[in-house]
Amino acid sequence: MSVLSHVFEKAGLATVGISLVRGQAETVKPPRILNVNFPLGRPLGKPDDAEFQTSVLMAMFELLPRTDVPVLVDFPEMIEEQGSEPSSCPMPPRHNPDLNAAIDEANGLRNAYDRNLEATGGRTLLGRVADVDGVVGLIEKIIEIEGGASIADVGWDPTAAIAASQDIRAYYEEAGLQLADNTGARQLETWFFHQTETGQLIRRARDGMRDRNDDKLATTYLAPMTQG
Amino acid sequence: MSADATIRSNVTGIPGPDLTPTATVLDKPLSECKVAICTTAGLRLAGDVKLWLDASFTVLPAAARDLQLSHFSPNFDRSGLTADINTAYPADRLSELAEAGVIGSVATNNLSFMGAQMDATFSTIIHDSGPAAAQVLLDDDVDVVIFTPV
Repeated sequence: MSVLSHVFEKAGLATVGISLVRGQAETVKPPRILNVNFPLGRPLGKPDDAEFQTSVLMAMFELLPRTDVPVLVDFPEMIEEQGSEPSSCPMPPRHNPDLNAAIDEANGLRNAYDRNLEATGGRTLLGRVADVDGVVGLIEKIIEIEGGASIADVGWDPTAAIAASQDIRAYYEEAGLQLADNTGARQLETWFFHQTETGQLIRRARDGMRDRNDDKLATTYLAPMTQG
Repeated sequence: MSADATIRSNVTGIPGPDLTPTATVLDKPLSECKVAICTTAGLRLAGDVKLWLDASFTVLPAAARDLQLSHFSPNFDRSGLTADINTAYPADRLSELAEAGVIGSVATNNLSFMGAQMDATFSTIIHDSGPAAAQVLLDDDVDVVIFTPV
């Protein structure tokens, strides 16, 4: 992003950007940057808070007249991520004990996912390699990987494996938005990777891939680096 | 250390290209400027989603809100922009500012890149996709671009 701002200014466009990593902005020196100490993934700070989001934009626009570049200004308010406190999601009871626990769990979250889809007017982050009806099929492949299969064995290349993990996570986090009151930054992420059957399955699959020296890209990005 | 602090620590100090900042001087007030968003969240139109690894860009019509996340990295919070796309892509906020007369207008199109580039030289962005993306906005008479990362 910081590199792009150099290119755009050179082309004749006035730019101002947000930085979420101050050290990075200091290195690349974009012409005008507002550094925000907000959670990664939330550059405007607060979801569903138009007033706050607008205040961030206005702070950006205040930098536009500046020509003493590079200009780096800190937004005065800080928002911290809350990943150490996972979301509290009441989970559906086990429905079919004959199914793998992760698959049974995923099936049980479908109503919550559908409610969120309705709440967002149909917008979902699911869909990289599967739609909602394909989520269970993705989990079945993760189960195979946890059992010792390579990503190639289940028919995936590295990007398909990463995309599958992200689709599964999107399904759970979107369901979680309907189940939890506490959905601060990274709270649903921690809930998914540490408190759900499927999230823990993905972490075990990743650890097994690492032990078997499976594809490095897929191993690195199957789950967040901070979800050990 | 929190997850965000760990990641910030890991990426701080990674060398980037040595570019001299230049500043385009606006020749009119913000209230007369056309403003575009360039997000590096890796957003793509629904139906065009993929796991995004390269330095290309995609054009997002300003009215489009059915956007999906194609960014390859799992290392940032997704729940904020899942709940409210304006958390990373403030298109509704810009429209409100245009209606209020704070900015002149919103651009016809916004742009999206995938932000965590694996090519440390950024040569494609500097010489190819970056200038091409700027031209898309110049052809629409855009004056101001705001960048939003994740």
